[in-house]
Amino acid sequence: MAKRRKPKARPPSRRPLLVPRRRAAGRAIEPLDLVRCERFLLHEAQLLDDGKFDDWLALFTPDAWYWVPSEPDQDNPHDTVSLIYDDRRLLETRVRRLASPRIYSQEPRSRTSRIVSNVLIEDSGNNACTVRSKFLMIEYRRDCQRLFAGTAFHRLVQADGAILIASKRVNLVNCDAPLDGIVVPF
Amino acid sequence: MSNIDAELARLIAPGRVHRRLYTDPAIFDLEMERIFDAAWIYVGHESQIKKPGDYFATRMGRKPVVLVRDEEGKVRVIHNQCAHRGAMVVATDKGNTAEFICCYHGWTYHLDGRVKAVPLNHGYPQGFDPKDPKIGMLPVPRMKSYRGFIFASGASDGPSLEDSLGHMTTSLDDMVDRAPDGEIEVAGGVFKHAYDGNWKVYFENLCDAAHPLFTHRSSIDAALAQSDDVHSDGSGEIAIRQMRQNGAPYSFWETQVGIWTYPNGHSYLGDYHDDSKLVAALKDPVFRKYIAALERKKGKEEAKRILEVRRWNSNIYPNVSLMSQFQQLRVVYPIAVNRTVVHAYSFRLKGAPEQMLRNAVSFANVVNGTGSLVLTDDLEIYNRLDMGMSSEGCEWLQIGRGYQSDVPDAHGGRRGKNSTSEVYIRNMLDTWLGLMTKGQAAPVRAVS
Repeated sequence: MAKRRKPKARPPSRRPLLVPRRRAAGRAIEPLDLVRCERFLLHEAQLLDDGKFDDWLALFTPDAWYWVPSEPDQDNPHDTVSLIYDDRRLLETRVRRLASPRIYSQEPRSRTSRIVSNVLIEDSGNNACTVRSKFLMIEYRRDCQRLFAGTAFHRLVQADGAILIASKRVNLVNCDAPLDGIVVPF
Repeated sequence: MSNIDAELARLIAPGRVHRRLYTDPAIFDLEMERIFDAAWIYVGHESQIKKPGDYFATRMGRKPVVLVRDEEGKVRVIHNQCAHRGAMVVATDKGNTAEFICCYHGWTYHLDGRVKAVPLNHGYPQGFDPKDPKIGMLPVPRMKSYRGFIFASGASDGPSLEDSLGHMTTSLDDMVDRAPDGEIEVAGGVFKHAYDGNWKVYFENLCDAAHPLFTHRSSIDAALAQSDDVHSDGSGEIAIRQMRQNGAPYSFWETQVGIWTYPNGHSYLGDYHDDSKLVAALKDPVFRKYIAALERKKGKEEAKRILEVRRWNSNIYPNVSLMSQFQQLRVVYPIAVNRTVVHAYSFRLKGAPEQMLRNAVSFANVVNGTGSLVLTDDLEIYNRLDMGMSSEGCEWLQIGRGYQSDVPDAHGGRRGKNSTSEVYIRNMLDTWLGLMTKGQAAPVRAVS
């Protein structure tokens, strides 16, 4: 029982990735390695594509922030405007609004398809790391298809074996272009 | 009155407007010529070109122009077009340069647009002279700055900028007066949001006190349900307060806000927040420090007067809208009859605590952000207006609310007795008709 379980490849749907697994006290924590991080990002992308925004929100820590800068190489979200800059409070409101039957900008709903790739761990410890990845997101809504691309930086932390997002920064390649409204998060 | 003038005049009637105004490409082309090439158009702010050689590339209507400070420190607005083969010369949004050089054959220009050098300058026909004032990156006929806000006009004569602004100078004054040092500067980046719809509907929405409760229902409900005990680094605070205030009942919107309109299409909506609710919260320690700085520089009485000017959107027809209380300025760029881009700027109040700019940035994210929980529903409305108006359904759109009850204003304008009056739309269309027919059509038909 005290033996460390090796992560095995398995169908991702069988085991909920984020539910803390029960384990004996004193057992070593599984490190946040590339395989786990990548699997986590794919899971996140799938939740967003499936429109499971409540489940997506549950991936964030209570003091998380979510940021889509308006400028390339933007220094911080406080001195310059951002396409999105949500602290936890605003992120909760954003997700609640997405479920509203009166959200006219999602009538009809968008459909999205995301590809996450080029995943790299930038700096790591056992319980926290920064993951850099590339993404492509196609958004289709009312006869119109848009393509977004960019780099995401996730600060991931783990507690009780579950991975959570402490912060997420999304650098869009066209962040400073004139853009039609952005409603579905990246 | 020409046939065209008469036809245009038939499109506006008391309390209604024909949908063609918003969907007909021929009317759009005429607007670019008779409005955007004739009226005073906002082109930028002096703080965007502080030093000699600083330039800012923008557009007047569809025409690319460059705002530049020349060697002597004088502000110039010149066409962004090479005199040789017509290429656009300045390709970057902003920068500093000693001269402008065309990338095609290297024609070079002084900062004021005069030709400096023509390569391979031989064999031209008799009379070709690069010093000819008609050859160059030509100046836009008129340019005038009002307290740092730069306007230009494609018409070489007509009313002065001050005459054209009229009482709306008070909104521009309010932008500047709020700075303890009496000076403001563009800061905090820019939003560029876009929609598939006509440029006119943007201004028509900015003073519309009847739509927030309905259009913004999703963000109102989401904000009302939000727990106030959740972590916030401040960005969520102002956003959520703003969204909640959009949910004020109709009785509030009708009686507590106020809508004022003035000649030449201008208008402003009164503020619908009180100081305890938004960034200007009087209990907020940053705002207290700001008030103290303002009082120190301007005296208690003047500071009080300044802070009591409470306006939401001030629309200066046809292309700039300000929120003086929140240091915001939006510029409307018509791209096509059914495509519009809006740039939204924030300003730093010189002499105010630096946190004031951060508050303005947080505020901009809510009201002007491309991913805003509020603005995205407005953009959807603009798209649907275009889709609906393109149909063969009702030809006439109703703009009659308040028509019978509007009252004169002390400064030569008209205001709604009820704050949800559509008087601001009728007022803009009145000006529209005057400009489009060069004063030939009677400008009284839209206004009660």
